[in-house]
Amino acid sequence: MIEVKNLTKRYGAKTAVQDISFTVNDGEILGFLGPNGAGKSTTMNIITGYTSSSAGTVTIDGDEILESPLKVKAKIGYLPEHPPLYLDMTVKEYLSFMYDLKKLKLQKKAHIEEICSLVGITDVYTRIIKNLSKGYRQRVGLAQALLGNPSVLILDEPTVGLDPKQIIEIRNLIKDLGKKHTIILSSHILPEVQATCERVIVIARGRIIADDTPDNLSHAMSTDHKLTVRIDGPENEVFKLLGKLPKIQRVDKLGLREGSVYDYTLEAEPGADLRREMFRRLAERNWPLLSSRSSELSLEDIFLQLTDSDSAAALLRDDAAESAEAGEAEAATVAAEVPDAVTTADTVTTVDTGEETAESNGDESTSGGTEE
Amino acid sequence: MTAIIRRELNAYFSSPIGYIYLAVFYVFAGFYFAFSSLFSQSADLTPVFSSLFTIVLFLIPILTMRLLSEDQKNRTDQALLTAPISLTGLVMGKFLAALLVFIMGLAVTLVYALIIAVYTPPNWAGIFANFFALLLLGAALIAIGMFISSLTENQVIAATGGFAAGLGLIIVDALGSVVQNPFLSKVITGLSFFNRYSDFTSGLFDFSNVLFFASVCAIFIFFTIRVLEKRRWA
Repeated sequence: MIEVKNLTKRYGAKTAVQDISFTVNDGEILGFLGPNGAGKSTTMNIITGYTSSSAGTVTIDGDEILESPLKVKAKIGYLPEHPPLYLDMTVKEYLSFMYDLKKLKLQKKAHIEEICSLVGITDVYTRIIKNLSKGYRQRVGLAQALLGNPSVLILDEPTVGLDPKQIIEIRNLIKDLGKKHTIILSSHILPEVQATCERVIVIARGRIIADDTPDNLSHAMSTDHKLTVRIDGPENEVFKLLGKLPKIQRVDKLGLREGSVYDYTLEAEPGADLRREMFRRLAERNWPLLSSRSSELSLEDIFLQLTDSDSAAALLRDDAAESAEAGEAEAATVAAEVPDAVTTADTVTTVDTGEETAESNGDESTSGGTEE
Repeated sequence: MTAIIRRELNAYFSSPIGYIYLAVFYVFAGFYFAFSSLFSQSADLTPVFSSLFTIVLFLIPILTMRLLSEDQKNRTDQALLTAPISLTGLVMGKFLAALLVFIMGLAVTLVYALIIAVYTPPNWAGIFANFFALLLLGAALIAIGMFISSLTENQVIAATGGFAAGLGLIIVDALGSVVQNPFLSKVITGLSFFNRYSDFTSGLFDFSNVLFFASVCAIFIFFTIRVLEKRRWA
């Protein structure tokens, strides 16, 4: 269990992290989400004992990092933002060195081989790290963190530089690891957090601005009682019909699409579901409903809203508290499916065919990653 | 610590640095041995050792320049500092690795002693005292070089700083005889590495000199640890 209390880090006048507190339970996968420079890496560096905090404590399984550093560090596997690789060593030498450095007492050869096959670097085992592509280097860094099966894994943007196929593999790996390990994972790629984490902490400008499950977050920020519908039927009569729906508050015409097809936006009372009743009534009149989508916010939207201003943050906290009770998970699926579909589509075209392409794939997915 | 030592030794000899250092050291040591012992038919190795003072002064920064600066630049310090080892273990590992390479170079003087032994029984006590003196000098210089390396992430700056420190040590000797004030002069000569080193080479085994070099060594290792510690708190 990781307990972070009132963590603050100041660099001179600049405050990188301000009063952050959270707890991660055993076997939980926590996602750290935030824009660049939000304080994600700083927080992770403090948890792993690389930098010290200006104030606050980090406790892992009851041991404080500054009081018993060696004991705590032995429990942590850390993959920093830039994998700490010795470029002049082969993968084999490097992992063997890290194994010794961590003072592990397992079956050395078998253990290293097991981890290599886990992260998929067996085929580059004897190569010099300098000559590896970004994706492979990232995976060697991950292998290093996994050495010794530490109970806590801190992964700073673990899928950066990987191609889409590898990203899916590593995400699945992280999910698997989450059954036995406590994991903190940072990312600015939202679908990643949504796909792997059970809990998300959104952090911006050094503060926690949200702490909830991805689904709850989507739900909290969502306007799921708002619908955008496309109906084939006479404009004014459809408009009147929609206006007579129970619990409706507001109907707007968005305009003509094609022939007699019109778009409308509906807003019901919060918590009300218009869809079934609307469908029944339209069906009676034989006006086909061509499409309907809720104005659900994806994590992207939430993220932008949250990190846009602090006032949004205050708003969200209240909302989150309310909606936690409602707990409707269905909301997030729409958001989750869209980016995932993009990723899988990419996979088809960029499945790696060899080492040379692995290199270019790595680069592509880096740029792809930032676009996401 | 042993993991660090092994990794550093590996780094010296998987890059040209270790080989170049040893080659240059062997060339100069061989040169002095050939001229001051073999060609002048002397069984005394003292001139070799006193000439090696300057060579060591300028070669050691090559050994120490990458010790800590490289880790900082490649961010491998993150792996080292988050591993369950103490800062002392880390710094001592780096120090001992450089010292081992230095000893590999130094060991060639024992070969010279053996060559002399073929012709005439050498003065073993003198040779070991000299060997010990050079070892102490090397350890102190490595500690200084390592400290300079911990201050920067640029190897060139670390090397230049090391050379500057070496030059400084040479200037100290000249300065000591120039300064008029007797007290200042005494302080400056007290800092002289060369005076203490030449005490050894002239056969004078003064324990205070041993203590001096060992202290320099300990102080700069301590400073290095503080620099790493300070960076965490920065």
